[in-house]
Amino acid sequence: MAEYMNIFTQVQVQGAPEWGLDNENNMMEERAVKPFFSSLVGWVGNAQLGPIYLGWTGLVSAMTFIVCLNIIGLNMLAQVNWSIPEFLRQGFWLALEPPSPEYGLRIPPLQDGGWYIIASFLLLVSVCTWWLRTYLLAEQHKMGKHVAWAFASAIWLFLVLGLFRPILMGSWSEAVPYGIFPHLDWTTAFSIRYGNLYYNPFHCLSIVFLYGSCLLFAMHGATILAVSRFGGDRELEQIVDRGTASERAALFWRWTMGFNATMEGIHRWAWWFAVLTPITGGIGILLTGTVVDNWFIWAQEHYFAPMYDGSYGYDAYGSYEAFTGQGAVE
Amino acid sequence: MIEWFTKWNRENPVDVYRPAILYGAGGVAVIAAIWLVSMGPPLATDSLQTGPRGTGMSVPKRESVLVTPDPDALAFLATSTEPVPPQVGGRTAGSQIEGAEPLLADLSPENYERLVSAMRAWTGIPDLLEDPDNYQTIVARRMIEMTQNINEGWDGHVNANREVGVTCYTCHRGQPVPEQAWFIATPTVMAAEGWAAVQNRVTPLSSYTSLPSDALQKYLVDGELIAVHDLDSRAAGIPGQDGYPGIQNAERTYALMNYFSNSLGVNCTLCHNTRAFYDGGQITPQWATASLGILMVQELNNDYLLPLAEVLPPERLGPHGDGPKVGCGTCHNGEQQPLRGTNVIGNYPELATTEAPDYGN
Repeated sequence: MAEYMNIFTQVQVQGAPEWGLDNENNMMEERAVKPFFSSLVGWVGNAQLGPIYLGWTGLVSAMTFIVCLNIIGLNMLAQVNWSIPEFLRQGFWLALEPPSPEYGLRIPPLQDGGWYIIASFLLLVSVCTWWLRTYLLAEQHKMGKHVAWAFASAIWLFLVLGLFRPILMGSWSEAVPYGIFPHLDWTTAFSIRYGNLYYNPFHCLSIVFLYGSCLLFAMHGATILAVSRFGGDRELEQIVDRGTASERAALFWRWTMGFNATMEGIHRWAWWFAVLTPITGGIGILLTGTVVDNWFIWAQEHYFAPMYDGSYGYDAYGSYEAFTGQGAVE
Repeated sequence: MIEWFTKWNRENPVDVYRPAILYGAGGVAVIAAIWLVSMGPPLATDSLQTGPRGTGMSVPKRESVLVTPDPDALAFLATSTEPVPPQVGGRTAGSQIEGAEPLLADLSPENYERLVSAMRAWTGIPDLLEDPDNYQTIVARRMIEMTQNINEGWDGHVNANREVGVTCYTCHRGQPVPEQAWFIATPTVMAAEGWAAVQNRVTPLSSYTSLPSDALQKYLVDGELIAVHDLDSRAAGIPGQDGYPGIQNAERTYALMNYFSNSLGVNCTLCHNTRAFYDGGQITPQWATASLGILMVQELNNDYLLPLAEVLPPERLGPHGDGPKVGCGTCHNGEQQPLRGTNVIGNYPELATTEAPDYGN
């Protein structure tokens, strides 16, 4: 009862470490880290940490990622003359920038985007081998590949931003800088440059799926916590052997809004909403600058950017003198 | 105490301490909400609508800022004295005052003294124009010509709403070097080249963002094209080539717009309907005034200020050896209209024109 009305997980299992399957796929091989327990970690997840399966995909992915991160970090450090205090002070402003536009798709000098290309290539290898790892591990566990395909949808957006769109545009300079504020500058400049991305219908769809994902996650998490006192947290059993938890949850939503998902269906809702967020977003980015260069004008051409009645300029609505109380000075 | 009350309490024990925190917090929240709704926010704002309803176009300001008169405007009015209409064919400063500045020699002695003492107060240089060999005299002479040119040639920007004009004080505010004069701030990053070398550093010119810090140099001195939009829904091109602006160009434009916004104490929607920044059909008259201002600043920097770098001493130059330049903030200083639209030129017809001053007689 009350244990579910908590921020943190209330039930922790600690004992002999669980080693997992050791089946014909030799899953006991290549396990790293001696398993141990942490009560702190147990508050948010499983209290057992490790072992972790490394494998060649994990090794390649980790190594390329570490090198990539070091290239970005050392470039930033060089930009502040190797001063650690300045690195911390200006950290949010620093970035490894893509090449300048004059290089097009050619390989630029190291100081003007060359390091960026190298870091991006390493990141590409890292992300793709990590994807392979999710696929191969699922195969070893004789699982479906749902995680791998969901991750692939995120990689699609990543590839659009850093590979496909720059190639279609004919310039690496269109890629996103690696930096905290600079990548936000890129985002706002991208929208402004192409006439307001809010009028891009695929951007609209992506927002729908993103906000929808949040809503579905909250509804599902709340529903399961609310019926876990009746065994609702045993979701998979409830799919095929519907108990009172499922029935109460279903009745609650059907009586609230006239429709309810099922124990199975809600997970398909969640998976598709999450996966469609980067898929539609990636389509929207890929079309920008390649097919459509001004989304507001495109929206006007397709009759969904309304014009407003009324004048532009404050003279129609008031006066600067009245607003600032300027009469007092003169 | 009343007996029935204590008896009732004894028979109905209630823990008042645990819910007290809950009820207390809830009560404070309710009272705070009622107070906010009925009294308004503690830092009240007023806003100036700048476009059609439904577009969200308005410029908000703290009421506390609006009710406080601009101290600089008051300080200017304290220095301002009315001109003395000269006699026709009367004496001139050139013939009466030894070492009179040749540029102002045709003024009557009274108006000459009045103007020079005002300029000394405005610039904070007590011996201005006294020593003809001082570099400050050479600079002042050019600045007088510049002020006359602004008032005469850039009437469409300066007097867009009504006669206000500019004097030395509009920029100087009692300081020998105007506070918001600017110098080249790039390269910001020595360890990189190209676009990476002109951004990602906290500088006043980028309004403390990581946007490019060379926007003022490119747009207000070099005269590069500010607009980055295509006016068709589809326009072919490779970024940075054939006039097809890249993301970096948009970032530099955004840096300039941040500078505009902070210089004038306004937001985007003073000039633009932000859903379509580029659209000439959805801009305010202030956009046109600002566009004239851009052209004006380009002329002031190239024709007046940059050549003066040769006569300035090294301590007056920027870190890259360039002379001080003007931008929007140099005059506007955070106000939509400099000195909140105070008419500074009315008393100084000598600065209003490159020709003989008009004293109204």
